[in-house]
Amino acid sequence: MSRVKTLGFWSTFYRHRVAYAYIAPFYILFAVFGLFPIVAGLAISFFRWDGVDPMRFIGLQNYFRLLTDGLFWKSLGNTALIGLISHVFILGGGLVLAYVLNSKLVKFQNGFKTVYFLPMVTSAVASAIVFKALFGINNGLINFVIKSMGFEGVDWWGGNGDFVKVAVIAMFSWQWIGWNMVIYLAGMQAISHDIYEAAEIDGANHTQVFFRITVPLLKPIILFTVIQSTIGTLGLFTEPYVLTGGNNLLGGTDNQAMTVMMYLLNKAPYGNNLYGFASAVAYVVCAIIIVVSLVNMKLFDRDETASTAARRKK
Amino acid sequence: MILKKTFLYLVLLAIVAVMLLPFYWMLVLSTQTTTVIFQYPPPFWFGDNLVANFMQVLQSVNFLQAFSNTLIVSVVYTVLVLLFCSMGGYAFAMYTFPGRETLFTILLVTLMIPWTVGIVPWFFMMSKFGWINNFLALIVPGAANAFGIFWMRQYCKQNIPSSLIDAAKIDGLNEWLIFFRIVSPLLASGFAALGIMMIVGSWNDFIQPMLILRDNSLHTLPLMLKYMQGDARRGTDVGALMLASTMAVLPLLIAFLSASNYFMSGLTAGAVKE
Repeated sequence: MSRVKTLGFWSTFYRHRVAYAYIAPFYILFAVFGLFPIVAGLAISFFRWDGVDPMRFIGLQNYFRLLTDGLFWKSLGNTALIGLISHVFILGGGLVLAYVLNSKLVKFQNGFKTVYFLPMVTSAVASAIVFKALFGINNGLINFVIKSMGFEGVDWWGGNGDFVKVAVIAMFSWQWIGWNMVIYLAGMQAISHDIYEAAEIDGANHTQVFFRITVPLLKPIILFTVIQSTIGTLGLFTEPYVLTGGNNLLGGTDNQAMTVMMYLLNKAPYGNNLYGFASAVAYVVCAIIIVVSLVNMKLFDRDETASTAARRKK
Repeated sequence: MILKKTFLYLVLLAIVAVMLLPFYWMLVLSTQTTTVIFQYPPPFWFGDNLVANFMQVLQSVNFLQAFSNTLIVSVVYTVLVLLFCSMGGYAFAMYTFPGRETLFTILLVTLMIPWTVGIVPWFFMMSKFGWINNFLALIVPGAANAFGIFWMRQYCKQNIPSSLIDAAKIDGLNEWLIFFRIVSPLLASGFAALGIMMIVGSWNDFIQPMLILRDNSLHTLPLMLKYMQGDARRGTDVGALMLASTMAVLPLLIAFLSASNYFMSGLTAGAVKE
């Protein structure tokens, strides 16, 4: 290292030019298509701008208007509710499935894995079209089952909008459980078999092994999936959009399935032309993601996960 | 014990049924007329309207056009991702250079930023570049992405012995030859797994194409389905819509099923292992 330091910046750079050339594409593309829009977005959020006329500086007004807009809070609440309920299945279910398929309790693991993963390779638009039919009011399969059990069919889409979220939650969970299961499986396969054997000798049952060994050892990976899920949930768009008919971004009856992403795109560039306002929405959403992620890191014992991640890098 | 196992299998099979039900229902409705679909009780078994639905799909949208648009975008995108991400991952895994840790941390941090933060300026950039109604907008920005590099780095670390690289250097091979002749073949199953992830993501992507591709002749399959769903003038032909959905998802389903063992092992081997 000391020899490298005595060389000039450019000669150091030249010595390692191959490595820098290999990693350059990412940093160049990220600077242009990632970093620049993010910085420019912050600037735009302080302006009133319809995309055509000159921009007008209005300070924090976009943020004030946003935070006092009941529809924004409603869409945020919808997103949170849909996300929280879905992730009981997506994360909890994925974890249990991964545990069962990783322990040698059952055969045909690959078959089960493949089937559970199938929704992941299926277009969300196509899936949403099918789920819309499944939840059809007069002729959907779900209402058929409900009616044949002797109950009234449910008005999933209309009424006072109480049930619109159910279809979104069902579809969202159906889609993502397999992906998280596979990630947890990858993590579980890295856990040494000796630990399980030792637990078995000590007479631990599966519930104990799951909660005392598997889950604690998977903490960093669970944290990773929780953060990815937070980002994914706040970007939730296609499913509720197509399920509610796809004619507008308002989320069906009484805006019950309007997510923050629909709220954002409805301001610009897909619905209206409130570009400054839409940028403010994007920034508030990003702030929420960061706060939720930080809270999760704390909850997951930040020290442990951060330091293992850092150690792993070296 | 046997009782417990039977119960476990029953639960797993019940979940299999839930996962497969939408696919089955989609196939069933693809073969029915709209009249039958709107009857009560709904049809549970295949009908005989498949050919008529197929003609209806061809008549109402340009399916082949949408199919080839999707194919072009997802294949070009995936090839570029595999090239750039394997190069980047290889460099992070096998080379030591000043700033490596910092640069890699930056890369990991970008994974935590949702791309939608800059969506408004991003959209304006695309129109300034003349990339509205242009596939480049869907291909170029993500061609070297953080997830792919992170993933290939893990894969390289586990699968490329550094002694092999040293030997190749002693033999006087230059860096490009080492990468393309010696390293690339060792990454085959890594390429397969990452390639499937990328092609699936690109094939099924909806938000970005929706914002970028405003011209019907440039529609990808998800946009085409969305267009069919909202085609109010003709009144939605549910049977045709279901068949079009089936035709849009079938290529990936077949590809995935035929490569699933390979994919699953590649995914779990490379993903999060230390």
